Amino acid sequence: MMWRSGTVVALHDETPTARTIALQVSDWPSHVAGQHVDVRLTAPDGYSAVRSYSIASPPNAEGRVELTVERLSDGEVSPYLTQDLGVGDRLELRGPIGGWFVWRSRQAEPIQLIAGGSGIVPLMGMIRSRASAGSTEPFRLLYSVREPGAVFYRSELQAISDGVDSVTVTYAYTRATPRGWPRPPGRIDASFIAETTWSSKLIPTCYVCGPTSFVESTAALLVACGNRPDKIRTERFGPTGDRK
Amino acid sequence: MSSLNYDYLDGNAAAGELSKVFSVDITTAAGRCAECGTTKCLAEAHLYMHGPGLVARCPACEHVLLRLVNVDEHVFLDVRGMIYLRLDTSRSREAS
Repeated sequence: MMWRSGTVVALHDETPTARTIALQVSDWPSHVAGQHVDVRLTAPDGYSAVRSYSIASPPNAEGRVELTVERLSDGEVSPYLTQDLGVGDRLELRGPIGGWFVWRSRQAEPIQLIAGGSGIVPLMGMIRSRASAGSTEPFRLLYSVREPGAVFYRSELQAISDGVDSVTVTYAYTRATPRGWPRPPGRIDASFIAETTWSSKLIPTCYVCGPTSFVESTAALLVACGNRPDKIRTERFGPTGDRK
Repeated sequence: MSSLNYDYLDGNAAAGELSKVFSVDITTAAGRCAECGTTKCLAEAHLYMHGPGLVARCPACEHVLLRLVNVDEHVFLDVRGMIYLRLDTSRSREAS
């Protein structure tokens, strides 16, 4: 797969540490919701670093690709992408990549999305893809996040959950909640999964994306609630990859 | 190596590097572990990326399934940890 050049056409801060980068990529072969791209940065001395980032935008014929990147203070790539990159700059991309952690509009079963932090990015790609495909398949999103200020795509998720054929969105705050929130901050546990996700009797396909420890514990809880392991698809990111 | 270290990713994170070698996305192919016989998609393997290359391990027994190392202009690929890879050719074009 060859490297392509993308031009930054817009930048948008999702949170104080996360930025959405909209790219225009010529000859983009389009993508499927959930896929990622590899981004390569090359220093003047030839040193290069490659990182994977999930695609947040729905499939389209215009060659528009949006990534949302969380800045890791000790990262090699994410500080540049979230602080220095400007509109008109070019990035080297390889993709779209990965045919496993994807949602296709022909899927007709209930979909359970579970995000931990910036793991929301490929799942947002699926929610946007559902909308752009005109699908009304039942979707639920469980979004675990440290605090209200760390939520990505807040107003868009609000509009989607308020709309017709809505996606049910449930937040799980792990450190601080909005004022008057009914549930104290804490990690997702078995009872929360049982209360807020699709019943396993409906045989939903579950997509879980987040840090490796979050994905491990969440996938185990889903299985404990009766979900079939072969219906759970996971995408982990960890300290090794500067991912997302 | 314990999987409790949480220092691995999923095999699907290797799809970009593997695309240098294969014209189809082999992360959606099912691979059978030569050690324990578990058959799972390569995308579900545990992927370790700290070293000079990629190491994919069986999610059931942590046996090494695949290693890929870049040295200068060469790619070294070791897949002896799998008895076979089963590719779905009907989906390979769509997934690329």
